[in-house]
Amino acid sequence: MIQTIAFYLFAVIVVASAVMVISARNPVHSVLWLILAFFNAAGLMVLVGAEFIAMLLVIVYVGAVAVLFLFVVMMLDIDFAELRSGFVKNFPFGMLIALVLAVELIFGIGAWQIGGIQLGLAQGAGHMADAHSNIASLGAVLYGQYLFLFEAAGLILLVAMVGAIVLTHRERRAVRGQQNISKQVARRPDEATVMKSPESGKGIEL
Amino acid sequence: MTATFQSWGLTYDWAWFIATIIGILVIALPLMLAVAMIIYADRKIWAAMALRRGPNVVGPFGLLQSFADGLKVFLQETIIPSAANKGIFLIAPIITFTVALMAWAVIPFGPAAVLANINVGLLYILAISSLGVYGVVMSGWASNSKYPFFSAMRAAAQMISYEVSIGFILICVVLWAGTFNMNGIVLAQKGHIFGIINGFVFNPLLFPLWVMFLISSLAETARAPFDLTEAESELVAGYQTEYSSMSFALFWLGEYANVILMCTLNAVLFFGGWLPPLDIPILYDFLFTAGITAFFWLFVKIAFFFFVFSWVKATVPRYRYDQLMRLGWKVFLPLSLFFVVLISGYLMATGHFGGQIA
Repeated sequence: MIQTIAFYLFAVIVVASAVMVISARNPVHSVLWLILAFFNAAGLMVLVGAEFIAMLLVIVYVGAVAVLFLFVVMMLDIDFAELRSGFVKNFPFGMLIALVLAVELIFGIGAWQIGGIQLGLAQGAGHMADAHSNIASLGAVLYGQYLFLFEAAGLILLVAMVGAIVLTHRERRAVRGQQNISKQVARRPDEATVMKSPESGKGIEL
Repeated sequence: MTATFQSWGLTYDWAWFIATIIGILVIALPLMLAVAMIIYADRKIWAAMALRRGPNVVGPFGLLQSFADGLKVFLQETIIPSAANKGIFLIAPIITFTVALMAWAVIPFGPAAVLANINVGLLYILAISSLGVYGVVMSGWASNSKYPFFSAMRAAAQMISYEVSIGFILICVVLWAGTFNMNGIVLAQKGHIFGIINGFVFNPLLFPLWVMFLISSLAETARAPFDLTEAESELVAGYQTEYSSMSFALFWLGEYANVILMCTLNAVLFFGGWLPPLDIPILYDFLFTAGITAFFWLFVKIAFFFFVFSWVKATVPRYRYDQLMRLGWKVFLPLSLFFVVLISGYLMATGHFGGQIA
């Protein structure tokens, strides 16, 4: 019963906040609704027993991606009127994408209905052995069965990251305030200061 | 506890629901009390190091100072700036406070005293602590004022930066413990060194990671010397500038609850949590029962780490922002990454992995 209540709570909030993402007037509000949707989707993941995926969803999407989204959107100076004007122009294209998604969903549910695939069942084909936790099962699959593909995906991401850094990196020379920390730390008092003890009544020569 | 309620004739669902609510209250209410007392302790320690007396008027030794402050704040008016984004402005402190309490669900207070003994406990902590930044960012943006906004930007960048290295440090601990379950991590530290000393911190490979974790946890909670989000000489009071009364108090409570949480994580991940320092049978139940003794040891460790936090706050000058970023990205990130390789290599070479994966 608790699971049912929790499911409807999460599901209603996901759908409602997804609607708010596209209907909110303020882009920052949109991003915040999106975060709420992510978070509740993670709740749904927990309900189907995929706690590892749920945690990753929160850590990666809510904790990192959405923060950067928010970061960028908050600093943008957006003209709301201009943003609205694109609505009619892009409406047919948006409807097309929605239609494709709906058809995919119908096919997926249809295949499940006639028994083509088994999902979310304790006895289903997608179910892993009971003895292992989510993490152990995923690890065994990712680092065993699909090791090469997984490593290749990691390599591609690394290359993409290096590429992004190379493309945006600018060499900055002779900017005020640039400091070499290790040089500063390595500096000793006797190189930086001189001890003078002048006789009284006489000046000091530096 | 669920079984007890079931034996009183409740259905499983209701028994579970009531048991969980009671569990939450049993953790959250003493936590609020602990926050009040720890604010007092913080001010006292800070005062002692500055050769001042600190709060000493309200109650014996000033013990009731935090409650007096709380009452004062409670009676004040909540001011909402006219240009503020009202809804988000009000939600932001609530988020900070709620998120600070949420992470406590998986903290083990004793061998069986965990609210949610889930097998992704540490990931849950990471997930919840990554939510903490939203309260700050939302308050900074919704205040519609320059200094809170700068503060929000700083907070977002700072927390994301340090979360990366914290993640790598936690991976090393998990590699050694062989589990993400918090109680499992505690038990993995039992007799870790020569079968007698409990705690990962005494392991030469993990000790540098603990140092990094302590510094990162200072940065993650935006405590001095990394309190750039509320640097009073630059940003007035940072993201809290426009807040007053209870909404301000919620930030304050959430911040200190986060500090205690980070102290607890230091204790649980590196100092053996509720285990006594030495693996000697008498140390496990010299106070009434084993459960109370376990809590006693955890409490002592938390108090010690909080003292360290206060000590640092009282003595270390604030970092500059570029220095903070340099430390996070150029020092901690490569070092922790190096240690992930080193520790997993060591564990592979010695075959330490304990049959966790099929």
